[in-house]
Amino acid sequence: MKFTVERDLLIDGVNWVARSLSTRPIQTALLGIMIDVTNSITLTGSDLETSTKATITADIATKGKVLVPGRLLAEIARALPAKPVTFFLDGTRVLVTAGSAKFTLPTLPLDEYPNLPQLPETSGEIPGDVFAAAINQVAIAAGKDDSLPTLTGVHIEMNKSTITLAATDRYRLAVKEINWNPKDQNTEATTLLRARTLIDVAKSLTGTGQITFALSPSASNEKLVGFISEEKTMTSRTLDGTFPPFRHLLPTESTAEATIEVGPFLDSVRRVALVTDKTVPLRLIFSKNTLQLEAGTGEDAQATEELNINYTGEDINIAFNPTFLTDGLQAINSPFVHISFTGDKKPAVLTGKSEPNGVINTTYKYLLMPMRYTS
Amino acid sequence: MSELTILHVDMDAFFASVEERDNPALKGKAVVVGNGIRSVVSAANYEARKFGIHAAMPIGRAKRLAPHAIFVPPNMARYSEVSSHIMEIFRSVTPLVEPLSLDEAFLDVTGARRLLGSGREIAIHIRKKIEASEGITCSVGIATTKFIAKLASGRCKPNGILEIAPDRVIEFLHPLPVSAIWGVGPKTNEELQKLGLRTIFDIANTPRQTLIRILGEASGASLYELAWGRDYREVIPNEVDKSISAAQTFETDIEDQEIILREFLRLTEKATHRLRERDLSARTISIKVRFADFKTISRSKTLPLPISAAHEVFDVVKALFLSLKLDRARLRLVGISLDGFEDGVDGSEQLILGEREKGWRQATAAIDRASARFGQGSVRPARLIEE
Repeated sequence: MKFTVERDLLIDGVNWVARSLSTRPIQTALLGIMIDVTNSITLTGSDLETSTKATITADIATKGKVLVPGRLLAEIARALPAKPVTFFLDGTRVLVTAGSAKFTLPTLPLDEYPNLPQLPETSGEIPGDVFAAAINQVAIAAGKDDSLPTLTGVHIEMNKSTITLAATDRYRLAVKEINWNPKDQNTEATTLLRARTLIDVAKSLTGTGQITFALSPSASNEKLVGFISEEKTMTSRTLDGTFPPFRHLLPTESTAEATIEVGPFLDSVRRVALVTDKTVPLRLIFSKNTLQLEAGTGEDAQATEELNINYTGEDINIAFNPTFLTDGLQAINSPFVHISFTGDKKPAVLTGKSEPNGVINTTYKYLLMPMRYTS
Repeated sequence: MSELTILHVDMDAFFASVEERDNPALKGKAVVVGNGIRSVVSAANYEARKFGIHAAMPIGRAKRLAPHAIFVPPNMARYSEVSSHIMEIFRSVTPLVEPLSLDEAFLDVTGARRLLGSGREIAIHIRKKIEASEGITCSVGIATTKFIAKLASGRCKPNGILEIAPDRVIEFLHPLPVSAIWGVGPKTNEELQKLGLRTIFDIANTPRQTLIRILGEASGASLYELAWGRDYREVIPNEVDKSISAAQTFETDIEDQEIILREFLRLTEKATHRLRERDLSARTISIKVRFADFKTISRSKTLPLPISAAHEVFDVVKALFLSLKLDRARLRLVGISLDGFEDGVDGSEQLILGEREKGWRQATAAIDRASARFGQGSVRPARLIEE
């Protein structure tokens, strides 16, 4: 095996596949990145949960296949000088040279490398940037507690030309609808994927045009989802369990509504929250076009601030976890936030607006459950 | 500046004394408090100590040393009740009370001297009051520092008072072995012995720099200061416990997961009850399991939000235990511990999407009220009701 490759292409490919390497895999072979040289080069990494592949073009002298320590390869690739990189298999070792830098890598036994799941049939495509933005808006509400695994996932629901993404940690719920281009116009499918995996996809697969989705048919034993961009693919096992029903949580009416400019609101929230612990409530008092923010009680440090806002409906005193509120204000990704209330112990719904008097963008909703507090 | 007056009050064989008081038939007999044949001695009265029995000794061994002794199971609820009465007595003398455990505390009585008299007079007053209202005795050390006060109470046990005046500190302190110094554990002790430093006098006459070289900056310097009777620590009132824990040794080693989980549930009920009694909630939940061969492992989890309800804590405890993936391992002991406390005082709580407005929180509060009235365990999960 011998080939020469551009350093930047190598770094990009190796970084992508190194993402699925586990530091403590169940098989030693999974510590490796597989380099398969045919007419192009395919790099593969896997922890059996997710598997990633990158295909890069190279100047190929002899074909071959080899397994090298993955983390080491990734570190070496990042440190190489900006010169073409040559790989050469010499017996059981791989020589890597770039300019004057020379490395010798041991190889791992190829025959111990497990058979990785095949990419399922493709089911449709979506623009990468749209998908990435949607994931970033939704994954923020996913749980981080591995003892409740279904809540660490993002629920993905495909219904004809609409995809609905949803995630919740039981304190808030984020729901986003986007359009896609399914291969079969009658596609109906749901799946649940780890939020962390999707964030990786959003970070690395989305610079380039379209992303293709590949969903294993619901009848198959192995529940897999694949993402394919031009040269990179990821196959991930879906999470077990059923995402809790969430549509009935979305309120259908409201008793009060506010429209607030996000920038100044975020600044005020951050200032007032300075006096609290992250889990201590931030109190919001909405009345006649003013919003008063308060935090801290009794002998402790306190802070208050007042904002002029658009407000209609009954006055309301409501308290939120300041971090969750900040998350939501950032996630709506709009200059104005529209908040609708149905009570001080009922979820508030945050949506985005581009103008104070404009229409509400209902494709993204962030439901936030208040905190109970005694004043 | 006038000198401080610090008392260290230590109850004499506390658990055993409470048992003797509650059961006069035990008076004058050797009494050992400890649960079941497989655990260790929690306390032994002075009669039992004559046979060489001491706290932390395996019960089996204590039984061989004194087969005629009376072994009683510990009643922690009772001891903590008596303890809270005693702490109340301390607080009636001075607000500066720093409890070290159920049965000992430091008191800074400097400010009480004008009203109640000298340190010795206050000590006599406290001892009388405890004996009259609780029927048990204690020993009191009096000095100008915490360090000397604690050493003094240890030297006048049982049922004594020892005051070390400032000009007598050195002559009291210097003949004592180095292991008497607070913070000198077996390892440091060994280091010091190797260098021929046996008494506190030896330490005091070793250059400060030498001690720092041997023991490191912090411990070397503090050891030198203590050897000259200098201790700058203040009495910090009411330092609340940083964790609440509960553990159980099984009568025989258990491998049945059902029984183990049931025990975890019982411990969770117990610990969360104490948590809520103090109006706290906890963010970090830990479990401990000890195998038949005494190997012990623990696992913990810190949550994004603090919790206090038994069913919520048990979900975490159960997940931690199941994540150990024990394959029918035989367990000797299981325990849980809660820390990372946050005040529940302001009553704030993150609400959960889709949960009924009156939910577990109200149910838990009702259980706590019933327990306050009818005793702990009067309302408990169906799984914990014995047939």
